[in-house]
Amino acid sequence: MSGFFFVAWPVLAWALAILGGLYRYFTLRYTYSSLSSQMLAPGSLYWGSVPWHYGVVPILIAHLLAGVFPRAAAAAVSPPTALLVLETAGLALGLLSLVGLVILFARRLGPALRRVTSGMDWVVLLVLLVQVVTGVAIALFVRWGARWYPYTAAPWFWSIARLAPDPSRVAVLPTLAQIHFMSGFLVIALFPFTRLVHLVPFPITYLWRPYQVVSWLGRRGRGRAGP
Amino acid sequence: MDVRAQISMVFHLDKCIGCHTCSIACKNLWTDRRGAEYMWWNNVETKPGTGYPTLYEDQARYRGGWRAGTDRPRLALGGRASLLARLFHNPRLPALDDYYEPWTYRYEDLLGAPPGDEQPVATPVSLVTGEEMEIEAGPNWDDDLGGSGTYALNDPCLAALTEEERARLLDFERLVFFYLPRICNHCLNPGCLGACPAGAIAKRGEDGIVLVNQEKCRGWRMCVSGCPYKKTYFNWSAGKAEKCILCYPRQETQQVPACMHSCVGRIRYLGVLLYDAGGIARAASLPAAELVEAQRALVLDPSAPDVVAAARASGVPEHVLDAAGRSPVYAWVKRFRLALPHHPEFRTLPMLFYVPPLLPVMATTTSGRYEVVGDELLGAADADRLPLRYLAALFTAGEVAPVAEVYRRLVAVRLHHRAASVGDVPAERAARALAEAGLTAAEAEEIYRLGALASFDERFVIPPFSREAAIAASGDVHDHQEEEGAGFLVPPRRGW
Repeated sequence: MSGFFFVAWPVLAWALAILGGLYRYFTLRYTYSSLSSQMLAPGSLYWGSVPWHYGVVPILIAHLLAGVFPRAAAAAVSPPTALLVLETAGLALGLLSLVGLVILFARRLGPALRRVTSGMDWVVLLVLLVQVVTGVAIALFVRWGARWYPYTAAPWFWSIARLAPDPSRVAVLPTLAQIHFMSGFLVIALFPFTRLVHLVPFPITYLWRPYQVVSWLGRRGRGRAGP
Repeated sequence: MDVRAQISMVFHLDKCIGCHTCSIACKNLWTDRRGAEYMWWNNVETKPGTGYPTLYEDQARYRGGWRAGTDRPRLALGGRASLLARLFHNPRLPALDDYYEPWTYRYEDLLGAPPGDEQPVATPVSLVTGEEMEIEAGPNWDDDLGGSGTYALNDPCLAALTEEERARLLDFERLVFFYLPRICNHCLNPGCLGACPAGAIAKRGEDGIVLVNQEKCRGWRMCVSGCPYKKTYFNWSAGKAEKCILCYPRQETQQVPACMHSCVGRIRYLGVLLYDAGGIARAASLPAAELVEAQRALVLDPSAPDVVAAARASGVPEHVLDAAGRSPVYAWVKRFRLALPHHPEFRTLPMLFYVPPLLPVMATTTSGRYEVVGDELLGAADADRLPLRYLAALFTAGEVAPVAEVYRRLVAVRLHHRAASVGDVPAERAARALAEAGLTAAEAEEIYRLGALASFDERFVIPPFSREAAIAASGDVHDHQEEEGAGFLVPPRRGW
């Protein structure tokens, strides 16, 4: 059982995310969209979307960095003050994103938004809710996650990446943490099948692209920049 | 000199009767779809009025367009990083209610009504929720100044007027108004393009048509805010930005855009303008008072040998140069200096120009009779019911002089032709008016012909786009034989 959950499931989730995402990108690119509902309900989007994104994005980045660079992450939280500050900030951001997510959930129950909410939207909202609730609960009850994550989850990720899966370090963690891992990979697996794909094309290139874009066919070539 | 060609337009407002045929032609062709019901790529507004969407001209509220920078214009929305930081919620985005909630009627209520004493009613149902709704606003809710107390009084352009001018304009029951048909301006410095984080919008080099690449658009919605004319729209169902495409599929097959073809007042003109692309950044950064003239200066004379040589060097094809030489838009904008851009102070360098309306502006009815203000017909431009300052707020960034120049010319043409055809205007009066306007009699005759008599082929001069040749250069067109075509074949359905 732990073989499936700790070895097969992460691999399957990433495979689905990458292959499915690529397939969707090359066959159904039109469907890559934020599917924003701001026009229909601007007020509630502000109170939901802003706390949600500003809460969850830093947390996501922290998870990613600590997973990829476990040694640096462990060193960073070795002073007790740093650990306390990081954990407090993490908990605050987690609560912020939880508040945002609950508002995002609630606003979709209204008549206008129900019409633009697909079944998969509800699945995403539910899975994310599980993920954030377990995350906040871990911060509260399975203390100092920033301390144990580099020594448990990170080696497990790396063992899978090196094709020598070793789930022994995570198999002994509390059930709460294990649920968080499993639903975390579910979020990854859901990427290509839901609106979560909007995260991939985050338009970072806007920071340096020319303000004016002129497109040419034929002899003047492509993408000549204007002023 | 980097010479490029632009398909641009002139709308002659004196001839617009506000029939909305253009809007309907456009709607039937392009926006009769789920999520696009509320969009009017072509709309006709009554001026003074708050427009569509409500108060779109108020950039303190929407932050559309550009601000003058030192060397180049800056996006009024803010810097690049701050724009990305507001992707999750764009505070400058109009909500659906700023347009209107689209609806249909439950017609079965009429057809299926049992016999009875009461007239059955078709209940309105929202096209968004599918539920019954109370209609509170709709397209052209303020048509012909309906509800002027709410709409005309709140026109942002009225801010430029004195108290007395405003009273003259809004004198109740003797209200003066005109129509302003609007489509995408296909600007030289598009605000939508500058604000698009995904880089999905581009201006076509060959003809200047600004298009949203539907496969690159990710629904970040910044183009809607970036366009000060609110001519990019967000499809709330598909999650994509959509806008006027200047009927490029029609133009590529030598057909006139639907709104222009269907215009019963024949107010619309379409043709090529040659312009110097190297001058865009500077022209958009000048002080407001110089903007109209700077934009005219960007437009190049297609008959000047040095322009033709530079255009050839820049790769403008011969048939486009030929069309530029016959362009009615060039005649209105540059030769006759009669057409003005809409709100040049938004600094997008719009390529749709308007000939301002003369209106029955000089007349009032105090005693039930139609009386001309001043001692002669069209003689008292300063006493107009429609203050020049209002038109200046609309067309020349508040500068009265260029509007006054246009009016001197329009009035001179009228007087000249009236003297010739009716004869109740003394010839010397007409000659004086022409001299004051800086026109010759031959020019006045030409303006009259272009405004009143121009044929379909004179009003619309579309060069062969030759897109097929350009496409053939980059791939084998026979690859697509027995298929639907080489374009975008995925139905515009919402993702999941």
